[in-house]
Amino acid sequence: MIKSFKKNIKGIVIEGITLASALLIIAIVIIMLTVIIIGGKDQLSWEFLTSFPTDGMTKGGIFPAIYGTALLVIIMSIAAVPFGTVTAIYLTEYAKENSIIAKTIRFAVRTLAVIPSIIYGLFGLGFFIKFVGAHIDGAFYGGELRWGQPNLLWASLTMALLTLPVVIVSVEEALKTVPQELRAASLALGATKWQTIQKVVIPGSLSGIMTGTILAVSRGAGEVAPILFTGAAYYLATLPGLSDQFMVLGYHIYVLTTQSANVDQTLPIQFGTTCVLLMLTFILNMTAVILRYRIRKKKTN
Amino acid sequence: MTKEPSKNKTSGESTAESTEPVRIDITRKKFRFGDYIAEKIIKGVAFLSITIIVLIFFFVFREAFPIFSDSKEVKPAATEQTVQDAQETYGVVTDHTTKAETQETYGDITDTPVKVETQETYGAVTDSSQVQEQYGVQTNDTSITTDPSDTYTVSAGSGFDDNQSAIKTLITKDWIPVSEKPRYGLLALILGTFKITLISLLFAAPIAILAALYTAVFANKRMKEIIKPTIELLAGFPSVVIGFFALMVLATFLQEVFHYETRLNSFVGGIAMGIAAIPIIFTITEDALTAVPKSFFEASLAIGASKWQTAFFVILPAATPGIFAAILLGVGRVFGETMIALMATGNAAQMDLNPFASVRTLAATIGAEMAEVVFGDTHYNVLFLIGSLLFIFTFIINAIAEFYVKGKLMKRIQGK
Repeated sequence: MIKSFKKNIKGIVIEGITLASALLIIAIVIIMLTVIIIGGKDQLSWEFLTSFPTDGMTKGGIFPAIYGTALLVIIMSIAAVPFGTVTAIYLTEYAKENSIIAKTIRFAVRTLAVIPSIIYGLFGLGFFIKFVGAHIDGAFYGGELRWGQPNLLWASLTMALLTLPVVIVSVEEALKTVPQELRAASLALGATKWQTIQKVVIPGSLSGIMTGTILAVSRGAGEVAPILFTGAAYYLATLPGLSDQFMVLGYHIYVLTTQSANVDQTLPIQFGTTCVLLMLTFILNMTAVILRYRIRKKKTN
Repeated sequence: MTKEPSKNKTSGESTAESTEPVRIDITRKKFRFGDYIAEKIIKGVAFLSITIIVLIFFFVFREAFPIFSDSKEVKPAATEQTVQDAQETYGVVTDHTTKAETQETYGDITDTPVKVETQETYGAVTDSSQVQEQYGVQTNDTSITTDPSDTYTVSAGSGFDDNQSAIKTLITKDWIPVSEKPRYGLLALILGTFKITLISLLFAAPIAILAALYTAVFANKRMKEIIKPTIELLAGFPSVVIGFFALMVLATFLQEVFHYETRLNSFVGGIAMGIAAIPIIFTITEDALTAVPKSFFEASLAIGASKWQTAFFVILPAATPGIFAAILLGVGRVFGETMIALMATGNAAQMDLNPFASVRTLAATIGAEMAEVVFGDTHYNVLFLIGSLLFIFTFIINAIAEFYVKGKLMKRIQGK
């Protein structure tokens, strides 16, 4: 009796330790959220979101950074989502599960997912700017420096490479939830494989493609390392075009906290900007989590 | 491609019904050009991810390569002019760094050049008057920089002439890329990176693994539905936000608790990176734990083990390869983490095993210095070399996690 009680105590303590670890993680998330929201909430206003920085970025809003982030993620999605979706379609519909090609592609996708984001930055610089951009300049602009320098397009494409695995993984998961019977039924009715994919499989996994896009956007909006030297700018007085550098929320936080001369003076803006970025990614992730939860539920049913 | 399966089908059918005369072959598909194109495109695109990996390999290494060749590789004409710029830009730092304000806390050498460069190269889009107001000192220098015919002395450029001597400094401990005689000693950076990786894993791995164990074994459905989405949200936190939190809140808090000297050090950075690594370690560990067959669990309970004994002595050992993979990928994440390292570690390259000393990691070095470096110069190549090191390291880590560990895990679970 006593022995089993002792055992019980031990069990409870050990279970308690594991529970405590789980709670610690939740606590970290909550603390980070509250600290940043409380620090930034006074700063948040319509004016803050829609005006330009003034007085050497010590006052004013963050509109150019929001605009730049939006453009970045839009161009990034246009590049990453179709390619990611198509790769996922190949992996689920065409490739044989254990063929060498499929295995290699899967390995490549996972490798892409773990390559540090700063390496993408180096690649963007070495490939897009120094190679593609420089050659475009050489061929069309007579060597005049136009595309061979950091700009929005190259930064977006670099970011697209970074978010490609995110899209592929989510879309693949969604494609797998489309029941095999539906595909068989469509084929039995005389549809070709491509028609089946077009009319049955893709519509059935639209929510998965949405999830992938949202996750990719959230990732792209938050990453700074890949765009450090492929297009992010410290301050711009005008809104950027494709071949301009641009301001972006994450980089704005970085420069305000570590690069500016008067860190204390801009503290409210730093918190405000971080709060905006965190809210943005938080809401996007929340949506993705809910969507994915629904997809998984559908799968188990 | 479309024809192939249809042919197979016809042959299959005809052998089955060979006795009956086939008048109209209904299984024979019309050749559809659209389908054919679509399939080819899908196949082509699927190879994109492999292509990207190869391209990354090629282009990152290509930029790192010139270090190992003769110094003549660097075009003299290009350097001539750019050296001046570099000299100029760095001159700004050494001369007017806002030491009093930022140096101490953020240990930041990158301070000025970023501004200077942005303004200098893209002067058209920048509101110079705005910047001028604010950063009057630097802008004055910029005006000199923009004038290539300036008579500025190129004394410090001497180090660029000799790539060979630059290589020799690679395995020393001094990282002084900008000076009379630049030295590119990577040892301090590598040590710093390993130190911070160790600290963050000591913090993150136990927490993440225990939490995963709780989620996989003990938690009821409701707790699972709280923990898992929270972890996913944490995974979605941008690293710059975690870096900001570490810089503003965590650093102060930890300093008050532990009473150490430098506010930003490898300890703060390690904890912050640990926070970033927790989701990865948790997710993969949890996957590995839930992949252990239910029969293991039931068998253990049936022979009289309690739930926690089952968890620790049956399920955890069965999932060890997966947990190993989780930790490996956590290492990969911390190793390449740039923004947190830039913001929260103090960024001082020093050989010091003290966890409360400032460090500079490999990734942070690239992030901090690439923006202001002269293209094609030795410093630039060395930064790409560091990038190649990081890339190779994460690639190997991923390959180990992928092939070795997964194979082992599969074997163990299937009881072979």
